[in-house]
Amino acid sequence: MKSLAELKELRNKVQKEMKKRDQGTKAEIIVGMGTCGIAAGARDILKAVLAEIEKRDLDVRVTQTGCIGMCEKEPLIDVKLPGKKRITYGNLSEADVQKIITEHVVNGNIVTDLVIARHN
Amino acid sequence: MKDSIYRSHVLICTGTGCVSSGAKTLKDSLNEELAANDLSGEIKIVETGCHGFCEKGPIMIVYPEGVFYCEVQSDDVAEIVEEHLLKGRTVERLLFKEPMTEEQIPSYQDIAFYKKQQRIALANCGKIDPEDIDEYIALGGYEAAGKVLTEMDAQEVVDTIKDSGLRGRGGGGFPTGLKWQFAKNSESDKKYLICNADEGDPGAFMDRSILEGDPHRIIEGMLVAAYAIGADEGYVYVRAEYPLAIKRLEKAIEDAEEYGLLGDDIFSSGFNFKLHIKKGAGAFVCGEETALMNSIEGKRGMPTPRPPYPAVRGLWGKPTNINNVETYANIPYIINEGVDKFTAIGTEGSSGTKVFALTGKINNTGLVEVPMGTTLKEVIFEIGGGLGQGKKFKAVQTGGPSGGCLPEDYLDLPIDYDSLLDAGTMMGSGGMVVMDEDSCMVDVARFFLNFTQSESCGKCTPCREGTKRMLEILNRITDGEGKEGDIELLLELGEHIKSTSLCGLGQSAPNPVLSTVRYFRDEYEAHIHDHNCPAGVCSDLAGAYVIDEEACIGCSKCAKVCPVDAISGEIKNPFTIDPDVCIACGACEPECPVDAISQG
Repeated sequence: MKSLAELKELRNKVQKEMKKRDQGTKAEIIVGMGTCGIAAGARDILKAVLAEIEKRDLDVRVTQTGCIGMCEKEPLIDVKLPGKKRITYGNLSEADVQKIITEHVVNGNIVTDLVIARHN
Repeated sequence: MKDSIYRSHVLICTGTGCVSSGAKTLKDSLNEELAANDLSGEIKIVETGCHGFCEKGPIMIVYPEGVFYCEVQSDDVAEIVEEHLLKGRTVERLLFKEPMTEEQIPSYQDIAFYKKQQRIALANCGKIDPEDIDEYIALGGYEAAGKVLTEMDAQEVVDTIKDSGLRGRGGGGFPTGLKWQFAKNSESDKKYLICNADEGDPGAFMDRSILEGDPHRIIEGMLVAAYAIGADEGYVYVRAEYPLAIKRLEKAIEDAEEYGLLGDDIFSSGFNFKLHIKKGAGAFVCGEETALMNSIEGKRGMPTPRPPYPAVRGLWGKPTNINNVETYANIPYIINEGVDKFTAIGTEGSSGTKVFALTGKINNTGLVEVPMGTTLKEVIFEIGGGLGQGKKFKAVQTGGPSGGCLPEDYLDLPIDYDSLLDAGTMMGSGGMVVMDEDSCMVDVARFFLNFTQSESCGKCTPCREGTKRMLEILNRITDGEGKEGDIELLLELGEHIKSTSLCGLGQSAPNPVLSTVRYFRDEYEAHIHDHNCPAGVCSDLAGAYVIDEEACIGCSKCAKVCPVDAISGEIKNPFTIDPDVCIACGACEPECPVDAISQG
């Protein structure tokens, strides 16, 4: 280690991974992973979400949830931005995931044509 | 460096406590199960150090949700993977349940055991992989060392530690900054720095857990200290009975060397520091600093008179600074967060926090870190969850075999160095043994004195002979042969040993006896005058059991379990116990279907 700056540079590089254990407020994407969701392709949706987040280097918490009763509309994902309403998107394809992350998670604009519910 | 980002981290505690309750097989099962479900690339398993809640091990925390599972066994793994990691449903049966309210708590920050704690020395324990230097750096590791080496001069560092009011966490409570100042002031071409990890108190595992859970913090604390006093070589003296601590420390030193955080010209500051590990053979006296240094030099581990103090003439005759593991663990925090933030924690004479190993008859055994000034009651009843099986609190022993026992009246005592000394015990390295009504205080004193007596190195007469004589008296009392004047003799011997012994071992060895006489004199008197052990522990004194003839139904169940055939009688007629044969083992009592048996 040659300088404090070099240490800080290394810290920035290795910090990304540790953010997974950060319990603070940040954007959250919740993937419906009940049996219905998995049958409708939620695993691929989850993988698409992870790939997109990694590609864009976003600090987003990705979690799963069980069946919420809207099995008809699976695969579903919820997007919850800090201080904003939780939005549920349904009937998703992998391409939709890209669109939701680009427009909603990054830019804060809800993709209205894919929304199936808003929660308080 | 990893190439892919994991969506979830599963932290498994692999401190010694959880390893012995099965954490290693748990990890293997989890690996297999993740592979079977094609999740290996998404979920990362991290082995961490001790979370402190050893009672509930093996412990697993699943991020990003931060769900805390306890007592997880290999059989539970399939369910966790399928339900939680795949479907996102918390496995509720594995959550922690508060013993008082039966309420299930998903997140560990909300468990009473953790809520009252404030973690500085243990900040990273259980949060990071101790074998991955990157994880320590990701949480700001080595920045304190970097700042000190590149931006501060040595005197500034010493002054900072002085101002922080940090006192030695190994037990003595000597101001750390002052100790550093003495070592810094000594002129010499060579100085040494030592970390005392010779933790030997029965039941204490604070230092072990820090070394196992966050070894880089110790290296960083030592770097700062070495720079401050001008040492270029250091030793960590750790007992060989701590194989995991040694392994992780070895790995940490290797990684730090590779990153140029140990070795020559660290942070291009021109400062060099080389760190070695010295494995101790496990003698209790080697926790004493002069004995420890003799041991490093390859001599017999025996203390030498002070002065000269190590700061003047220490290891290999050179000025040496020696601090305990937990003391070094506090250093990075003080440098990073500043003196004001540190002194805001704790009491006026004792700033910061203290780690305690909570053991004995208590619900939540484990490792806790609390601000100085927290009361014994808060630690025992709020964090420790109170005593098991509805038993009544009798005493708490602090400071290990060098400390004393405090009774119920002292539960509201705020814990700091001075308050404990005033009460006749000491902080010590942080052992805290809780005793209930079934503990005999004479027997407890005898247990601890037996320990210090056999660990006495034999160099000075008061300790060698004095502890032996005291132990003989205690043995006599617990055997029912106590005499008039024994208590006074114990007190006199105890005071002499304290004031004339060469080192801390002898100077503190009588404490368990003196404090139990002070607070539980009636128990000693009952043993001596009435030949009675009120707690029923000392078997030679315990009263024989008797059968209530009116209640007895003559079933003979008691006679069948008696190991010495003291019980006789005719079926369907009252049975009797021969008091001369009865050894008061108590085996008969629970057998009786009508509760007719009691201790006389």
